[in-house]
Amino acid sequence: MLSINNLHVKLGDEDKQILNGVDLKIGAGEVHAIMGPNGSGKSTLSYVLAGRDGYVVTDGSATLVGADLLAMAPEVRAAAGLFLAFQYPVEIPGVGNMTFLRTALNAQRKARGEPEVSAGDFLKLVRDKAKRLQIDADMLKRPVNVGFSGGEKKRNEILQMAVLEPKMCILDETDSGLDVDAMKLVAEGVNSLRNAGRSFLVITHYQRLLDHIAPDVVHIMATGRIIKTGGPDLALEVESNGYADLLSEAY
Amino acid sequence: MGMIQSRQDQLAARIAGQVPPLGLADARADALDRLAVTGLPGKRDEYWRYTDPMILNEPAARKAAVFDASDETPIFGAIDRLKLVFVDGIFDASASDPLDLAGVQIDRLAECQGSDHWAGAFYGVLEKAGQTPVNRPFAGLNSAFAREGVLIRVTGKATKPVSLIYIHKSDSSDVMLHHCIKIERGAEMTLLESGLAGARFNAVLEVELCEGARFHHIRAQGRNHDRHEVTHLFARLAAKALFKSFTLTANGALTRNEAVIDIRGDDAVAYVAGAAVGDGKFHHDDTVFVTHDALRCESRQVFKKVLKNGAVGVFQGKILVKSGAQKTDGYQISQALLLDGDSQFLAKPELEIYADDVKCSHGSTSGAIDETALFYLRSRGVPVSQAQALLVLAFLAESIAEIEDQAIAEDIRSRLEGWLARHDH
Ligand SMILES: Nc1ncnc2c1ncn2[C@@H]1O[C@H](COP(=O)(O)OP(=O)(O)OP(=O)(O)O)[C@@H](O)[C@H]1O
Ligand SMILES: [Mg+2]
Repeated sequence: MLSINNLHVKLGDEDKQILNGVDLKIGAGEVHAIMGPNGSGKSTLSYVLAGRDGYVVTDGSATLVGADLLAMAPEVRAAAGLFLAFQYPVEIPGVGNMTFLRTALNAQRKARGEPEVSAGDFLKLVRDKAKRLQIDADMLKRPVNVGFSGGEKKRNEILQMAVLEPKMCILDETDSGLDVDAMKLVAEGVNSLRNAGRSFLVITHYQRLLDHIAPDVVHIMATGRIIKTGGPDLALEVESNGYADLLSEAY
Repeated sequence: MGMIQSRQDQLAARIAGQVPPLGLADARADALDRLAVTGLPGKRDEYWRYTDPMILNEPAARKAAVFDASDETPIFGAIDRLKLVFVDGIFDASASDPLDLAGVQIDRLAECQGSDHWAGAFYGVLEKAGQTPVNRPFAGLNSAFAREGVLIRVTGKATKPVSLIYIHKSDSSDVMLHHCIKIERGAEMTLLESGLAGARFNAVLEVELCEGARFHHIRAQGRNHDRHEVTHLFARLAAKALFKSFTLTANGALTRNEAVIDIRGDDAVAYVAGAAVGDGKFHHDDTVFVTHDALRCESRQVFKKVLKNGAVGVFQGKILVKSGAQKTDGYQISQALLLDGDSQFLAKPELEIYADDVKCSHGSTSGAIDETALFYLRSRGVPVSQAQALLVLAFLAESIAEIEDQAIAEDIRSRLEGWLARHDH
């Protein structure tokens, strides 16, 4: 599904290298988790994959189902099936949440040569998915993320993911800021989307989320590289011991 | 002294050979007397600091190509309305609906002598009052010389909007229109204005709202490139009156819209709003002066401009709260979205407050499109031009929201959408 090879990334406007050769392969239907200290480059990796400006890829490659991700505009990546749930979801005053979702869904469908979804069908679709995430009608009407609580914003990201049905979902700290119940809702949302054709990359600091979303593979990222890869036990090790041992092992 | 003299010279050249129409002779003579004192505005006038009045001062209109807007359906086309058509500033009865609407008396200025008409004591009064504390010579010029316009007296609740439709056919037409509207106690009407009036256009609209009267005004200016246009809207509000005016401005070499709102009665409400879009060497100026002279009144000014490729936006907005006007609630916001580095927004927000128990706020910003929001939209699959249009419309939305009628607001929104689609690079 997603294949990242020796990815090196620096900032566009200053000479600061952030990713120093990331290697990562995620097969179809797999769930991978990335953990790592603050500032290790996890969000940068997710932004570079999604196509945000301001970064320069100095070496390496990233492909989605064989296609060169880095050559595509962000909207093309989305239509190809990539989705990033932002660590900090963006507020867009003046754009209604429903309008936003419908515009996005229909733009992706158009790009893939599929017919647009009618207003009526769309409403039904969103209502159904929103209900499962306990997002009320009021939140759907309001401008995108404006005045939403931290947890509401995160649930709204998962709603977008549920509506857009991407192939490769990257969740950047979707669990931070969620209360225990909301975390379960989000995990259920993710689990209900799990299938043989859809993959996940879950960035998190806490084992708690991984109790609900059982990952197949866990990676540890530090100073812009994956320094260790293992099974679910690796997350438990981090949870009890922190990163110190792992970091010293790696150097 | 030299400057004063040149103002008088400009006036003399501007009106040379022109004779005021016969009707409403006293009001016209009075306007001419006032003009003789002030002359026409000069570049160095504080009130014209950001907008050069010279082309408006010139004796003849500069040629303006007739603009073909047939790629769009006519604005307000789906709204049930009473249509009054002016071609290059001349009323076209054959293209207009009969001047016949329940609760509304409509006459032509061209047919009004004054003495036996309600407008005889009305014409030019608000314009004259609006000359202090700031001179507005183009409005005086208009009162002196305008031949055409409508005189509307509303005694009930108008069942549909009155729609003034301007058509531009001659590339050198120099048009003046003067409309008078009196809304009697508890009465209500909506006025629509649209179309291109002429190569050069000077418009005055005087609106008096009696107690509890309601007036809605929605105006669309554009999309032609060559026009030079100066408009004045004078409104006076009695107690519990409600006044809402919205203007859409697209392109145009020069557009200066002045609104002078005088709130005289307690518990009255006045909103003035505008959305302007300019792509190219265009210049829009909104100059607003709201005077609060009564208790517990509310005023709002909401102006949004989207500018690119050298377009210039100007906002001069003032709220004056007189000493007795306690519990005034005054709000003013002017914002520009600059889509490139060439465009410019010049704003002069002003508050002058002589009462101690008031709530007044004003803000003015200009900035570029929010790149983070743009990326967020694109990351969800929305193509960059569509994402940009969505953000621009979101920016303009706050001003469009000032329009009460949803169908009209939607029409305005779709015009802006069309404009953005035509100018998306
Ligand atoms: N646009 C930027 N300008 C300056 N520094 C940046 C920028 N983007 C990332 N960085 C730096 O790159 C490093 C990696 O940041 P990144 O956000 O990817 O870390 P992270 O692993 O997601 O951390 P956290 O766990 O705190 O979310 C940090 O040192 C950060 O300050
Ligand atoms: Mg991060």
